[in-house]
Amino acid sequence: MRVFLHLAALVPLDHLGHYIHWHWIYLSVANFIVICLMVVTFVAALLLPFPGRRSRKENR
Amino acid sequence: MKRFNPDRDAPEYKGGHAPYDIVKEGTIALVVVVILTVILATVFGSPDEKQITIKTWSNSMPVDFATTAINEMNGTTTTSGYGPPYNHASTGQQIGFLHLAQWVGVRIPLNTTQDFVVKPLESLPAAGPLSASLSAWNAAPKSQRNAWVAAITKVSAKLTFSAGHVVVPSASDGPLPVMIDSLTAMARSGALDQALVTGHGFYTTDYTKVLLFLSDGSYLANLADHQHLTGTQWGMMNETGQYPGQAWLWLYTFWYQVPPYSSSWSANADAMVWATMMVLSVGLLLVPFIPGLRTIPRKVKIYRLIWREHYQEQ
Amino acid sequence: MSTEIDRQWTTRLRRRVEGKLPPEKMLPDTQPAYVASWIYVFGVTTLAALAVVIGTGCILAIRGPQWWHQSSYGHFVNSLHLWSVEIFFFAMVVHLWGKYFMAAWRGGRSLTWMTGVVLFLTSIATAFTGYVSQTNFDSQWISTQAKDGINATGAGAYFNVLNLGQMLMWHIVLLPLVAVALTALHVVLVRVKGVVPPFEEAAKAEVSA
Repeated sequence: MRVFLHLAALVPLDHLGHYIHWHWIYLSVANFIVICLMVVTFVAALLLPFPGRRSRKENR
Repeated sequence: MKRFNPDRDAPEYKGGHAPYDIVKEGTIALVVVVILTVILATVFGSPDEKQITIKTWSNSMPVDFATTAINEMNGTTTTSGYGPPYNHASTGQQIGFLHLAQWVGVRIPLNTTQDFVVKPLESLPAAGPLSASLSAWNAAPKSQRNAWVAAITKVSAKLTFSAGHVVVPSASDGPLPVMIDSLTAMARSGALDQALVTGHGFYTTDYTKVLLFLSDGSYLANLADHQHLTGTQWGMMNETGQYPGQAWLWLYTFWYQVPPYSSSWSANADAMVWATMMVLSVGLLLVPFIPGLRTIPRKVKIYRLIWREHYQEQ
Repeated sequence: MSTEIDRQWTTRLRRRVEGKLPPEKMLPDTQPAYVASWIYVFGVTTLAALAVVIGTGCILAIRGPQWWHQSSYGHFVNSLHLWSVEIFFFAMVVHLWGKYFMAAWRGGRSLTWMTGVVLFLTSIATAFTGYVSQTNFDSQWISTQAKDGINATGAGAYFNVLNLGQMLMWHIVLLPLVAVALTALHVVLVRVKGVVPPFEEAAKAEVSA
């Protein structure tokens, strides 16, 4: 399983994290990115067209 | 016929159905998730900060360890003054008139003097000064022991560590300097970690004693602070290093940062935050039945984006 | 006239299940035409992520809780387990947002919503017991901190987060059983009730369920 030795963490995140500190809000950059991605994903899911429109139109 | 409530009831759908392959969709979802997981695991790995032991603590900070041991005996550590479920030193936290912890009682009994200091020392092979000290301690009445503990507490701010020994300034503290020095040596050798764990028996998976002793000192807390894991750092959400943590705990840790949880309720903050989160969780559970809360989707109209094709075709 | 076979519990149970969830309803080949948004994929994505979480967890179980500290392969499997959990929560929360803004509890679907919420809370508990089972600094810190909240409720007297064995067994046995059972119920409810229809933009409608 030598491949795993080399594959383990190409970009290891073990160094001390960066934090967003605004008034009493204290959020890690990593968590902030995850939350932003969730919001972006949600908005994209709402806006992007879903395939199969013709099929649905034919079956209405 | 019940009156139609658009926030509770759904209209009867009289429109068409279109082919939809849910097994194919599920298979694609599984493949996508597996690929994404492999990519993320390969690129970022996962954190594994090495566990700490009483051995590492006492070797790094021997004076802090010795001071903590003294404080376990004088009742000023978190554990010694905790209350239920460990001891009767306090009544525990309450939510208004609800003393839940107290009502359940002491179910994991711990006497920090006995369990963290005396019994581990007694597990060591008998040796001159320590045996004599333990005999003196065990033979002394409670008032004498209390006096010794008070005396060593008075000088504990001036402890030093030299040539492998804890040096206690002169005080009427009886056998305690020898006991504390021996305990520190025991800790530095790794034997105290073992004694505190196997105190439960040979086969045990219960690390209560050793973890509580560790958490009473500064070493564990300093490491956590360095990694932004403490309460005031919203630590509950965070992970070591730059890894994403538990973002879903944002609301749980949020309450600790704001009054009154951070001010007038701070003595019962844990209990009050739990109570708040229980109420909010029940609220989330019962959204279908809560007027106002269940009306928001219809008012906000995000649904018009989701079903825009349906509305366009109508 | 009912026969002995008709009166059997087996027969009655089978007919009840067939009535509520015939095969074409369990595995439908069509959906209402209004199921036409990417928001609908997050439920099945959560399900897929749960499968990966359980699968990677099973691999970790084969070699025991210390394996991942000692082996690069083990560490990689642990990484798979961690990131599939992140994807699981990511998808579940987006799914929750979508279902809220669709008011998906309408039309007799409140139990579907409620099982979903309980699943969310169960998942958080499962993740927590996993975090304290890591046998590293993280689990030492998390357990010594979390104990205060749990002790404050009285539950800490019986649910000892400092007891690795207890926490690990909750994580790999009890909570996954609850999660899987609730997930099955949740999915069956979606199949039985169907996907919630859009809000009617017209003035009146009769109650459908």
